[in-house]
Amino acid sequence: MATLTPGFHGHRRTRGDRLPPGQFRTEDFPVLSAGPTPDIPLDRWEFTLTTESGEQHRWNWEQFQALPQQDVTTDLHCVTRWSKFDTRWRGVSLDTLLADVTTDARYALAECYGDYTTNLPLDDLRGGRAWIAHTYDGAPLAAEHGGPARLLVPHLYFWKSAKWITGLTLGRTDRRGFWEQLGYHDYGDPWREQRTWTD
Amino acid sequence: MTDWRRAELRARTPESATARTLYLTVDGWPGHLPGQHVDVRLTADDGYQAVRSYSLSAPADGDRIELSVQPAPHGEVSPYLADDFPTGAAIEVKGPLGGWFVWKPGRPDPVLLVAGGSGVAPLAAMLRARLDLGGDVPPFHLAYSLRDPGQRWFGPLLDGIAEAEDPAVTVACLYTRAAPPGHPRPVGRITAADLDLPGFRPADGPLAFVCGPTAFVERAANLLVHLGHRPDRVRTERFG
Repeated sequence: MATLTPGFHGHRRTRGDRLPPGQFRTEDFPVLSAGPTPDIPLDRWEFTLTTESGEQHRWNWEQFQALPQQDVTTDLHCVTRWSKFDTRWRGVSLDTLLADVTTDARYALAECYGDYTTNLPLDDLRGGRAWIAHTYDGAPLAAEHGGPARLLVPHLYFWKSAKWITGLTLGRTDRRGFWEQLGYHDYGDPWREQRTWTD
Repeated sequence: MTDWRRAELRARTPESATARTLYLTVDGWPGHLPGQHVDVRLTADDGYQAVRSYSLSAPADGDRIELSVQPAPHGEVSPYLADDFPTGAAIEVKGPLGGWFVWKPGRPDPVLLVAGGSGVAPLAAMLRARLDLGGDVPPFHLAYSLRDPGQRWFGPLLDGIAEAEDPAVTVACLYTRAAPPGHPRPVGRITAADLDLPGFRPADGPLAFVCGPTAFVERAANLLVHLGHRPDRVRTERFG
């Protein structure tokens, strides 16, 4: 039974179908990172897809920008309980990046400048549900929000949308990333409140 | 599945004109490490619930925990906790949470704490855990950026450190708008000079913990990296 908290009424914001359990809506765009923001010059930026057999697919900034671009409007859900509605992004779909990649892998580990990592099932990066995003709200993505480019997987908690991404390594087994080793959930579905190992 | 524990308010003390520290006892509290936080859940009489995260501002002490709350203007939870939550009433807490922004007593590395405003809360828990250890090692320094003397939290703790004049544990207040009379440092935002300290230089291998609003953390963490600190030795926590 929940404890009654006398005199607490709350704000009763409209909930609707868009706010997952335990979340509150914010108009801000909070920043959460474990360390300093890395400085990544575009002429040194690189994105590498490595398959389970070690085969590598590589794009520099110019090649990446020449790929088909998509505009995405989506809601974000952070495990620290804020949700932000109707955020506008531009980037390259993982379907595009994976199109010519032969793999039987089931998992992906996202790797980042600054050594952050996060793990996801490869299926969650397919089907128009994941992007490498470089533009937010019509402007180049700010460094503190993950620029030059970050992973965007909005159907999972936002720590899965790795900032400053530089590669994906595909594998047949699931390897835990940074927060996942520290107790966060391996999958992170906001609608099932998969915040930590015990959820 | 989730592990919510009843937490009863025992007392509340002011940290500034508006901020308050809440002293709670938690049923079955398992203990925590300095730097960890909790989720706090409030329930209205019709079942409506709201959850927020707060840092623990004191080290583990049996079933007692302390949360320090700055009420946000028009906030849903923080003004209630700071002003209206009655002594003897209960909220629920889940935790301890967070395994990264923590200091484990017993580590030998010097520790540089860098606080912006109410970001001092989890760093105060680390500082108090260090004082509980006693001795000469590891060296600790808190660089505490704040607007003016009225915003200085944990006054008795910081005054005690100043009076002890122990070179192993030091604090510098960095006032950004107004300083007390005779304060040696000019008023202004944190600079490289505030963080370039003997005993806490990159060659000394310190671990740095930076906590505060986003703009402050960005600035302070970048200053540390430009001074030569390894990015993986600079741990950050941000809010706002």
